Amino acid sequence: MDVNKNSYTFTFAAVMVIVVAAVLSFAATSLKEKQDNNIRLEKMQNILSSINVEVERDGAEAVYTDYIKKELVVNNFQPVEGIAAFDIELSKEVVKTPSERNAPLYIAEKEGKTYFILPLRGKGLWGPIWGYISLEQNASTIYGATFDHKSETPGLGAEIKTEVFTSLFPNKEVLDESGEFTGITVMKGNASGSHQVNGISGGTITSVGVQDMIQDCMKAYIPFLKSYEASNTASTNSDNSNPIASID
Amino acid sequence: MAEVQEVKKQAKEREALFSKKNRQLISDPLNDSNPITVQVLGICSALAITVKLYPALVMSISVLFVLSAGNVIISLMRNYIPNRIRIIVQLVVVASLVILVDQVLKAYVYDVSKELSVFVGLIITNCIIMGRFEAFALANSPWKSFLDGLGNAFGYAWILLAVAFFRELLGSGQLFGYQVVPKAWYLTEGGVYSDNGLMLLPPMALITVGIIIWVQRSKNTALIEED
Repeated sequence: MDVNKNSYTFTFAAVMVIVVAAVLSFAATSLKEKQDNNIRLEKMQNILSSINVEVERDGAEAVYTDYIKKELVVNNFQPVEGIAAFDIELSKEVVKTPSERNAPLYIAEKEGKTYFILPLRGKGLWGPIWGYISLEQNASTIYGATFDHKSETPGLGAEIKTEVFTSLFPNKEVLDESGEFTGITVMKGNASGSHQVNGISGGTITSVGVQDMIQDCMKAYIPFLKSYEASNTASTNSDNSNPIASID
Repeated sequence: MAEVQEVKKQAKEREALFSKKNRQLISDPLNDSNPITVQVLGICSALAITVKLYPALVMSISVLFVLSAGNVIISLMRNYIPNRIRIIVQLVVVASLVILVDQVLKAYVYDVSKELSVFVGLIITNCIIMGRFEAFALANSPWKSFLDGLGNAFGYAWILLAVAFFRELLGSGQLFGYQVVPKAWYLTEGGVYSDNGLMLLPPMALITVGIIIWVQRSKNTALIEED
């Protein structure tokens, strides 16, 4: 058989393409369910880790339903009905102006206290970065933060996902004394004050990306959180009572 | 007499699985024909992912798999591949292997796949893989190609890990993410030591590879070209 004939070359190429396409699409479709489930569980893990609850992936679902009491969608600072907060693709929402977004909000309850969990998404140096930040009931004090990235440089920008960086956030304030939104500024060293954290040396663009992401994504929530807090403190006088029950 | 000749003939036809020649297929790429330091292939990934040991290890293992499996597949098809589109066929084999592996990892070992995701593209473009397909697998039997794949992947891996070892140790004072240099030595803690930030940047990877080549050639004078 002459393997260099034109007809043979064409046949070989055609058969090869069909076989490879069949194998790959079979693999992709038969594994899709498992892959999606992994992504879902990882999202739950990330949400939980922003309120400092670390779980194994397998047990994430049960723990998630334990802690997360309510999932809301906020649009133009008002809650919206009929959209599943968990399924919202943040990458499609962040391109809109903050007030037009369908912004998902998770309300968690841990040891009798309520926390707001805000998903974030922004740009790093090489690709998207995202994360979750949890605020205490006053809608200002950060309780915990977790960040992740697609393709930041290991050892430099990729350090945003390590505890060295995320541990800088708790107890910082995103509102100033008069209640105006300030966000968190990522500094080049010597961070002081309650609105600043130190960035990562060598990872300046990623660090600034985190700062912009917090600034941009939180805008969609702050007025809503304030009114949520106000209506809460009005109806209940103690921090320890169940504020979610009173809203419902 | 005739019997002896018969035996000799048989031995020639059926080479032992680990004959001296076959063992050389694995040992040669570790030193004399190392893909990175001698053939200077796959340099881009040696620069990109040697900041830390762990990603370098993950990359080495994935190249090991793709290179040995791909070598076997190409070798099995070697008599049927049309000469004019052989490079395309090689590319298709590498790319589909990598995608297949990535899909399986995503479903069963999600954490490993997250670690790997950035490097998938780098594996496909790694010139060592195409180089071995073209230079070896197209002309040799599957078993030999498998050994050649293993050997070259190991040769690639040890250089990668050596570079990553020095870069992570001197650049961030860690190995596999664990702090090795005592915290108390650092300037910020009142000591005299400071990490060398330059080690984390790509130029130092090139310089580290250069130093390895230098050491290797001074030990192995056969590698020095005559003027």
